[in-house]
Amino acid sequence: MNEFVATVVRGLGNGSIYALLALGFVIVYKSMRVISFAQPAFMMAGALLTGYLVLSMNFFVAVGVALLLTGLLGAGVERLALRPMIGKPVFVIAIITLGVDIVIRTVVNSFIGLDIRQMGDPWGLRQVDVLGAKIDQRHLATLVTTLIVVAALFAFYRWSRTGLAMRAASSDQEVALAQGVSVGRVFSLSWALAAALAGLAGVFLSTGIGLEQNLWLTALKALPVIILGGLDSLGGAVVAGLTVGVIEALVGSYGDNLHPVFGGDFFLVVPYLLMLLVLLVRPYGLFGTGEVERI
Amino acid sequence: MSRPLLYLSYKQDSALLNTPGKRFWTSVLGILAVSLPFLLTDDLLVVLATACVASIGAIGLNLVTGYAGQVSLGHAFFLAIGAYTAAALSGDPDSTRLIGFGITSVPIWLLAAGLVAGLAGLIVAPLAARLRGLYLAVVTLGLVFIGEHVFKHWRDLTGGVGVGRPAAVPELFGIQFAVDGAMFTKAQKLYLLMLVLLVIFGVLARNLVRSRIGRALAAVRDRDLAAEVIGVDVTRYKMIAFAVSSFYAGVAGALLYVMIGFVEPGSFNLGMSVQYIAMVLIGGVATISGSVLGALFITLLPRITRELPAVLPFISSSSAAGGITVFQVETILYGLLIIAFLIFEPRGLFGIWIRLRTYWKSWPFSH
Repeated sequence: MNEFVATVVRGLGNGSIYALLALGFVIVYKSMRVISFAQPAFMMAGALLTGYLVLSMNFFVAVGVALLLTGLLGAGVERLALRPMIGKPVFVIAIITLGVDIVIRTVVNSFIGLDIRQMGDPWGLRQVDVLGAKIDQRHLATLVTTLIVVAALFAFYRWSRTGLAMRAASSDQEVALAQGVSVGRVFSLSWALAAALAGLAGVFLSTGIGLEQNLWLTALKALPVIILGGLDSLGGAVVAGLTVGVIEALVGSYGDNLHPVFGGDFFLVVPYLLMLLVLLVRPYGLFGTGEVERI
Repeated sequence: MSRPLLYLSYKQDSALLNTPGKRFWTSVLGILAVSLPFLLTDDLLVVLATACVASIGAIGLNLVTGYAGQVSLGHAFFLAIGAYTAAALSGDPDSTRLIGFGITSVPIWLLAAGLVAGLAGLIVAPLAARLRGLYLAVVTLGLVFIGEHVFKHWRDLTGGVGVGRPAAVPELFGIQFAVDGAMFTKAQKLYLLMLVLLVIFGVLARNLVRSRIGRALAAVRDRDLAAEVIGVDVTRYKMIAFAVSSFYAGVAGALLYVMIGFVEPGSFNLGMSVQYIAMVLIGGVATISGSVLGALFITLLPRITRELPAVLPFISSSSAAGGITVFQVETILYGLLIIAFLIFEPRGLFGIWIRLRTYWKSWPFSH
């Protein structure tokens, strides 16, 4: 039972990271109808900046500054590489983001080097007892922060004027433009938000274990998450992110009883298998809106 | 008879080499390509042979992504299936560590690799046909991850991570291609073999896309609903596109590691899929010659950047020396090229070629 609780909490912690990343994907998708494959790069950039800034200031301040810088980076990338491509096929834009990812990630990797870079976070690998189960503090911190961020984000979308503008631009760009919404600013803001969320995910991902070059692969797990939740559903991203995290952790803990044919690290591919299964039944994910087309 | 550019039928218009210019330059190019083994050094020939193989793979991806408009990030998965089918068929049958059947004849393992990969494509196709656009891209990406997992753990077939297994052994009519012979070196023989195969598969693909099937694929790409309304069976043609594309990927995968002689299961990852996408986009979407150009370009890029430290002293050739290394420059250049091509020349190298051709055709007039 204790092991079960610990596993679930670990799953929720990892799932929050997926949820943060997935939210970034969904925000960009809602504004531009494009999957931004540059999210892993922003995640690494955010974590790297924090790793550097934390040497000279408090951890929380460092995270704040790093996220701001990552957000600026995101907005800059959008302005330079994506704004010229408005109106082009989405696939082409998606591949541009792949190119952006390669460039930024190579630069970030050259700074990370071969060593593992510590975040200097206050949690480390310390554990607390909850209901008799030993739980990593950092997983709890991730979960709580994610919940706060998600609540703030939803409130922002629901009640602020900018959030309203973003929702308007996402449902119909031309009409939004006619109503005085600056669609270009919405694009910039979406990219900044997505980059900052990815950066936050990167910071939490590398708390405790430290930042190293191969960590970017984790960001790709947000892809099955957004497909599961539906590409254009913010709520779906959070629900699917936490679900995938928990299922992955459960398979990781109890997967040893599976037949050896599945391999030792079977939990790594569970998100992708889950995605395929759900898509067989629902081609637009669990919460995504189906496409209505006229002939 | 005397007016070469006057077409009297659709057949004439859509012929393979429909202008005298094309006929002339294609033969020049053919002669040049065949004479290259006697002009270039062996290490360049190996790179060119790899480029020929990559071209076959890129043509395959262009069929499904360029012609049929179905975005696939799963090309590496099908390349892997081809590579392992071929490696297993031609492997040493006495080995206790790995599966092997000892069939080293090129046509047999090549066709088998293509067919097995094509079959895998057919199995995936029904799911893929239900999905559109970026949903499809992510699902095919999932295939790569699932495939990577399977190949890493199926040790009898792949040899496992970091160990790998010997690649397929190329042998035809008693000629061993992968060893130096009395007349030709290994590189010369392999280059000629890959060139011949590229020509065969290139012409096949070119013929496919100017047939009824090619037109149906283009209709599906341009608007699948409209295609369905005018009587194109969309699901059927999507399945054909996936099967043929996977067949080409399987063939390319089987040949790709012949030059190195070694396959490692970790190499069939997202990066490889992206590389093929880059070839298609940089070369030119929905053109066969563009795919070849793109594959040449991407395969030659590392070879070109390796020359950079001699010209630009601040780039070091090893990672120990500090500063910017060649590998970093190469990766950054690769990423920047993808971005720049898509922004400034969406039709890729083929588009540049078309512009040059039009310029000289209509010179001294601008249009």
